[in-house]
Amino acid sequence: MSSALPANIDETLSLLNDSDYIADRSLATTLFLSLKMGKPLFLEGEAGVGKTEIAKVLSSALGRRLVRLQCYEGLDVASAVYEWNYSRQMIEIRLSEASGSVDKENLSDNVFSKDFLIERPLLQALRSDETGPPVLLIDELDRTDEPFEAFLLEVLSDFQITIPEIGTVKAEEPPIVIITSNRTREIHDALKRRCLYHWVDYPSAERELEIVSTKLPGVDKELSAQLVAFVQKLRDEDLFKLPGVAETLDWADALTQLDKVALDSEAIDNTLGTLLKYQDDIAKIRGSEAAQILEQVKAELAEAS
Amino acid sequence: MYSDPVEGRIAENIMYFARLLRSAGLPVGPGKVLDAIKAVQLVGISSQEDLYWALFSQFVNRNEQRELFDQAFHIFWRNPQIMERMMGAILPTVRIEQDDLQEMSRRLSEAMSTGDEHSRPQQDSDQVEFDASFTFSDSEVLQEKDFEEMSSEEIARAKKAIEKLRLPIMNVATRRFQRSETKKQVDMRATLRAALRSPDSIPLKYKKPKLRHPPIVMLCDISGSMSQYSRMFLHFMHAITNDRDRVHSFVFGTRLTNISRHLKHRDVDLALDKSSAAVEDWSGGTRIGSCLKQFNNFWSRRVLAQGAVCLLITDGLDREEADGLEKEMERLSKSTRRLIWLNPLLRYEGFEPKAKGIKTMLPYVDDFKSVHNLKSLVELSEVLSQPAQDFLYPLSA
Repeated sequence: MSSALPANIDETLSLLNDSDYIADRSLATTLFLSLKMGKPLFLEGEAGVGKTEIAKVLSSALGRRLVRLQCYEGLDVASAVYEWNYSRQMIEIRLSEASGSVDKENLSDNVFSKDFLIERPLLQALRSDETGPPVLLIDELDRTDEPFEAFLLEVLSDFQITIPEIGTVKAEEPPIVIITSNRTREIHDALKRRCLYHWVDYPSAERELEIVSTKLPGVDKELSAQLVAFVQKLRDEDLFKLPGVAETLDWADALTQLDKVALDSEAIDNTLGTLLKYQDDIAKIRGSEAAQILEQVKAELAEAS
Repeated sequence: MYSDPVEGRIAENIMYFARLLRSAGLPVGPGKVLDAIKAVQLVGISSQEDLYWALFSQFVNRNEQRELFDQAFHIFWRNPQIMERMMGAILPTVRIEQDDLQEMSRRLSEAMSTGDEHSRPQQDSDQVEFDASFTFSDSEVLQEKDFEEMSSEEIARAKKAIEKLRLPIMNVATRRFQRSETKKQVDMRATLRAALRSPDSIPLKYKKPKLRHPPIVMLCDISGSMSQYSRMFLHFMHAITNDRDRVHSFVFGTRLTNISRHLKHRDVDLALDKSSAAVEDWSGGTRIGSCLKQFNNFWSRRVLAQGAVCLLITDGLDREEADGLEKEMERLSKSTRRLIWLNPLLRYEGFEPKAKGIKTMLPYVDDFKSVHNLKSLVELSEVLSQPAQDFLYPLSA
């Protein structure tokens, strides 16, 4: 099943909403423009704010195939674009030798043909299905090194890849490209220039509450209001790593598993590990600090209702 | 050769102009001068703009020389009297009006004021009173001399030496491969290609990991106690920035400032001017702990990826009595491949880490080196070029 691309920002927003992704209007705008203009979408933001999720949601909502390239340091052409199936090639050579028909020219054409090619994500992404071109997710681009970035620049501008033994493979229709980065290093301007940039921020309290209730419908209403308010307060604290939306969801899930319907100091202290991932941060918040924030949260919620 | 006397004078002036550029550091050879004279003959001297671009085309061959050329051109050719005055002299001794000095690049003004002490720029805060009795120090003495005790002329020479300083590139293995002769790992792709070329055998081809130098992050203290050294270190940071890629530079006193982008200007004067403008806490107090915290929180995850080496340049004298310093040092130490502390105080024999800040920081660094003269900077390059095995267990030393 495949759906048409959204025609305006509102449609983009509802497309994401229908797939349980609660997006800001700013993100929907950038995404809409990226789809319309056929330019890659470059998403940057702290870990756990739902950057990768956008690509997954987009592929399922549009009914397109998702091709994911997870980046790491030293990612090279062999694991990102294509590789030859060496063992099969060896066998082929051996077989043709055994049968006595060793014609060098023929063998060369034969061994370096599409049958022996292993397609890696970037090459797969150039192929369209009956549903249309796939969604190409290039995840955590900041983890790879500059040489790969430079190579990517070439692919993203022309959507074609040259394999010396076969020739140039060109996409009939360019894929929808989503690039994410956690900003562990700056991505080169040349690459950013070709993309639409969007900084994915932590959501507002209202939106975060909506996310929790959409993703985890089983969580108690009062509990989710409390825990979202708590997390929002925590993001104002001087911490090394602030909790993302993913952590909020984990925490909500954890508290529900413990059959909690309201926050209390003990429950917070016991489950803080789902929220904060650095010992310094946990030590700072655990105990009196957490109790104090909880007091504030409760007071504010009581006032609001 | 020049029958027309006016043309002859132009040629002479071009020659003087070339000398000026040469002493300001542009690579202008005699061949270039002849070409420049020819170029000026071709375009004529009716318009200053034509003259500018004619000379530009001959004397400038890299973008970073542009700034220097531009200033030199406007000072030299603006006032025809300057040319008049030069006619009589064997060497051009150009007197510069005081207000010109403000905007003139240091290198250029020094080039113009050779043998003319009065026109030396006044804004040089770190310069020691020029010592007239001092005749000549050979490079050996210069190497050993403390930056703090250098005269302005020696500082100038030391800066030149730093400019030429190159850090030998310490390499680490990446996950990419290159062709190799050592028979460890077979490169299947190359092997199969070779097999199809050779008539009846499969010649094995090998590969090995490619080596690459890690990023360098420099954190330099510019507080009051370091003021004798900080300008020299800025030169050092500039030299390193322009020698390799992936270099990030920060300066700190009471707050942290990222000056990487400013130091990327090739022209050292321009780079240092821009950096100075960006920094607001020159020669103030030091709050090492809170500056390191700023670095850890806002920058470490952005610049310390991919196994960066961190150079921490400070005397370790902290105004805040090392408050919160230990935690931040621990974090910094854990997030770098190697943390090297460069301390100018270490030059004193019998230096003991008595200050609280120094004691707190010392357990977390992998190397503790002195930097107070040129020789120690050169030695530093040797430290950096040591093989990777040394810092697999950073805290054990």
